[in-house]
Amino acid sequence: MSDAALPPPVEALPVAPVTAQVSIGQIFLEFLIIGATSFGGVVPYLRGSLVTRNHWVDDKEFVEMLSISQSLPGLNATNMAVLVGEKLRGAMGSIAAIIGICLPGAVLMYIVGIFYRIHGDHVWITAALKGVAAAAVGLILSTVVSMSKKSLSGKFDFVFIALTVIAVNRLHLGVPRTLVAVGLLAILFHRPGKQQKESGSQ
Amino acid sequence: MNQIPALIRVFAYLSILTVGGGMAAFPEMKILTVEAHKWLTFPQLIHLYSVGQMAPGPNMMMIVAIGQWAGGFLGALIVLIAFFGPTAVLAFIVARGWKKLEKWPWRTSIQQGLAPVSIGLLLAGCFTMAKGAVTGVETAAIAVGVLLILLQYKVNPALLVLAGAVLGVFSFMPK
Repeated sequence: MSDAALPPPVEALPVAPVTAQVSIGQIFLEFLIIGATSFGGVVPYLRGSLVTRNHWVDDKEFVEMLSISQSLPGLNATNMAVLVGEKLRGAMGSIAAIIGICLPGAVLMYIVGIFYRIHGDHVWITAALKGVAAAAVGLILSTVVSMSKKSLSGKFDFVFIALTVIAVNRLHLGVPRTLVAVGLLAILFHRPGKQQKESGSQ
Repeated sequence: MNQIPALIRVFAYLSILTVGGGMAAFPEMKILTVEAHKWLTFPQLIHLYSVGQMAPGPNMMMIVAIGQWAGGFLGALIVLIAFFGPTAVLAFIVARGWKKLEKWPWRTSIQQGLAPVSIGLLLAGCFTMAKGAVTGVETAAIAVGVLLILLQYKVNPALLVLAGAVLGVFSFMPK
């Protein structure tokens, strides 16, 4: 599988997404811009840049890559960078993309960390951070709701959600053991041949 | 005093736990960085994570601050590589092999099975954080308010977190 340089002729789309070879520098710059501007969630910015503006991946491919990113460990943003970088220019493309997307936020949080360590106990900062933390809890909950709407494949999946929460927060099994135990259970529950609504099963 | 080996171990381990998002690793991150290694306190961890939600890019960049506190510039760099390296390598390998797995029937099973578990891990991380972040009526109101607004309207979440800061100053400043 060393044909990463060629655009893979998966379905021979007439659109011809990648015309010329994209350079490592271009990949780095584009992901650097995404990394510096994607306030409040990376995915819409990724789509805007990669699909709409640069035509480096088509929409179907983008959705496919996003679903791979979500099933793998790692953040969506960095997994997408690796997948798109790999598609465009192999290993070097992946490295350029992931460094680009991480760099702005990393520099910013480096500075914020130093500032917070020095000034974090000022009364108005403590007060502001209390509000920020509460707002972040609301934000995470909204992500839980939107992910549940989008990616669950049946009512019974709520049992697995509950089991996971109980295992981590009540039984204190730890994330790895929970992941293996409930994950295996859920994968077996969704085993091949049991998919009624999926079209391509056997 | 040299924290570098511990930073590598902890963040490489946390890296592989981030199934479905960075928050999945949060309960384990609390145990390791706060309780085991005492690099920071639980309120500090919550603050850094929350402030990180306003930064652009991947939303776990707050780990850089932990690395910086524990090991200076080298610590920050090491933490970045340890946290993003392992999953990046895995994604790279999968990117090459995934097309071949298209016909493999278990591929859909794995995706369908991991979806509820990753949502559960996200929720578990959220509860762990809420224990430290939602401590009274005011903080609960902010959290619920943000949730309802995000479910109802298309607002940039970073703006709402910023609004939380403003509300915080008004609500929690000692009189």
